[in-house]
Amino acid sequence: MANRDAEETKLRGIAASPGICIGRAYLVDQEGVDVVSKYSVMESNLRDEIKRFKTAVKNAKDELRSIIENTPEELHPHANILETHLVLFEDKMLYDRTIETIEKEKVNAEWAFKKVVSGVKSMFQNIKNSYLRERAEDIIHVSQRIMRKLVGVEAVNIGDIDKRVILVAHDLSPADASQIKTDKIMGLVTERGGRASHTGIIARALEIPAVMGLDHATKLIKNDDLIIVDGSTGIVITRPAEQTLADYGGRQIRYREYQTAVSRDSHLLAETTDGFIVPVMGNIELSDEAASVVEHGGDGIGLYRTEFQYLSGARFPKESELFEKYKRVVEMMAPKPVTIRTLDINGDKAVNGFFDDAENNPALGLRAIRYCLKNPDVFKTQLRAILRAAVFGNVRIMFPMISSCEEVREAKRLLNEAADSLAEEGETFRRDIKIGIMVEVPSAVVMADLLAEEVDFFSIGTNDLIQYLLAIDRDNTDVSHLFQPLNPAIIRMMKHVCDVGGEKGVQVFMCGEMAGEPLYIPLLLGLGINELSMNPQSIPAVKSTIRVLSAKDAGRFAEDVLRRPSASEVMKLLRNEYGDILSDKVYTE
Amino acid sequence: MIFLQLDSYAMPDREISKEVVIINELGLHARAAAMIAILARNAKTRVWILKDDESADASSIIDILTLACAKGSKIRLKIDDPSDLGILNDIVQLVEDGFGE
Repeated sequence: MANRDAEETKLRGIAASPGICIGRAYLVDQEGVDVVSKYSVMESNLRDEIKRFKTAVKNAKDELRSIIENTPEELHPHANILETHLVLFEDKMLYDRTIETIEKEKVNAEWAFKKVVSGVKSMFQNIKNSYLRERAEDIIHVSQRIMRKLVGVEAVNIGDIDKRVILVAHDLSPADASQIKTDKIMGLVTERGGRASHTGIIARALEIPAVMGLDHATKLIKNDDLIIVDGSTGIVITRPAEQTLADYGGRQIRYREYQTAVSRDSHLLAETTDGFIVPVMGNIELSDEAASVVEHGGDGIGLYRTEFQYLSGARFPKESELFEKYKRVVEMMAPKPVTIRTLDINGDKAVNGFFDDAENNPALGLRAIRYCLKNPDVFKTQLRAILRAAVFGNVRIMFPMISSCEEVREAKRLLNEAADSLAEEGETFRRDIKIGIMVEVPSAVVMADLLAEEVDFFSIGTNDLIQYLLAIDRDNTDVSHLFQPLNPAIIRMMKHVCDVGGEKGVQVFMCGEMAGEPLYIPLLLGLGINELSMNPQSIPAVKSTIRVLSAKDAGRFAEDVLRRPSASEVMKLLRNEYGDILSDKVYTE
Repeated sequence: MIFLQLDSYAMPDREISKEVVIINELGLHARAAAMIAILARNAKTRVWILKDDESADASSIIDILTLACAKGSKIRLKIDDPSDLGILNDIVQLVEDGFGE
């Protein structure tokens, strides 16, 4: 087994924030917190043991208080939850019960506390409402902070790390994430979380590479290990061999050079060699990310996800709060378009806490437009905010998860009502905005010709379309290999939407992950997609890809692709035809 | 601040209690529970939250959370000592205002 330690190991997680970094691992979770030993305490020493516990709680609380004070202004909305954590420290169920346990069982404070915390955790497991059940996380974060003080493991204050390292953690709490400094933290690896998690969003905003959802990362990676983190592919390599290091060192340099080179031209429009202009837009989740779209040369925002404000607080946002955020983005981008997608609450964001009971099958349940049509007041609040923000630039509104014509009509009726109510109140707003739908449910593809009568644009959401069309849950590792963007059935669906769009004069956009992958661009171009939207970081690469392609050739290529019976044959054709052109665009494999 | 009259409270077994409905979207979540706990910690004796057959100590966020009160839940707030009526009033007000959300 000693040999194993020397071997290079490739670990795979979720690619949460692109880029490559090579450096020393810095384990944030200390083993001492999880492994606690039990020993008896003599009657005469119980008082000291209790005092030791009280001191630990006090120190932990002081520590969190100073973290709250040092949280940068822009992260203040996230500090709200930390204030709640402060009140938890002296909660009877933790504090008094631990003291009681020390007294009754005559055991050490660590053991008593651990016992009390696991009792609390198990109480939470029985809660049906998933939002409330997940509040156990808050208690875990607080209890870990206390336990660290108790065990004497110096709590890692991420803000205090004074060497350049790659953070490796089981999970990063909101308090941890708010302390990241980019001149010290080169990258992140976590066992929990994913692209849409709080920490994933922060990593992308700070532009540091991150791999998340990597099981057992804190066991497989040791403190001070030299590791390679490739946030573009979700790969982490431990104990890299000389050759691998050299290889990734090269990739890292190429990636940076490439980023610099493509960024130089990225503010210019992307035109094919035969003169077709394809707008390349950014997807954003936070209003702050609009700056990243501008920086990477985006021609607008093709997908503004609006869930964050509904998820980050403990309540639904007010119209004024929504309006302020939308206005900021719209003003920053003007006159470039901002496509605001209305609330798409869904299962994989684990917010079914909005509903009283968790659904068995959230992806097929009450989400997105279905939820909004059922809750017209919630919906209209958002619609009013969007119509008001539209005054400040070029706004397009997009309804998610449309599966029938009735849904579009109903959504438009509510949009009209929202506009009428604003008019009555004498508010300033704009109602002549472009209206579109996400095409992500197969029935919308089938009905595209009639849906086209109702809207100005279609935007293909590839992730959901693939999931629904192929009946694949890509988070299920048993079937995730079948989640194939190049599956011929997917390509035919896209082709149909593009054809209908062409006939009816409805623009066809794409805002799924496929749009941001240079390799797929020849096919998308060939099918006749009018506009692409992606993570801001991918914009330069996609623009430079478009510039070396001819739309005419891509069209012929797409015809050829449509005759292929399998994803692997499509891929083979793609590599044969475009492998050379694209090789320098695909900086990692 | 609206002060409710003592006689408007149900007083079975001479208990002082008041029924309220949770109106905020996310139910009694951590921040809301913390707001209640801060008030309840000032009580002379205990403040209880009763839901169905279960009861929670209102000064404990964790105890409140484990009642899992979603939006629309009916809860009963109960005090053991009449001198805590002011605190009971404040908590009722907080819940009825949806925790200012």
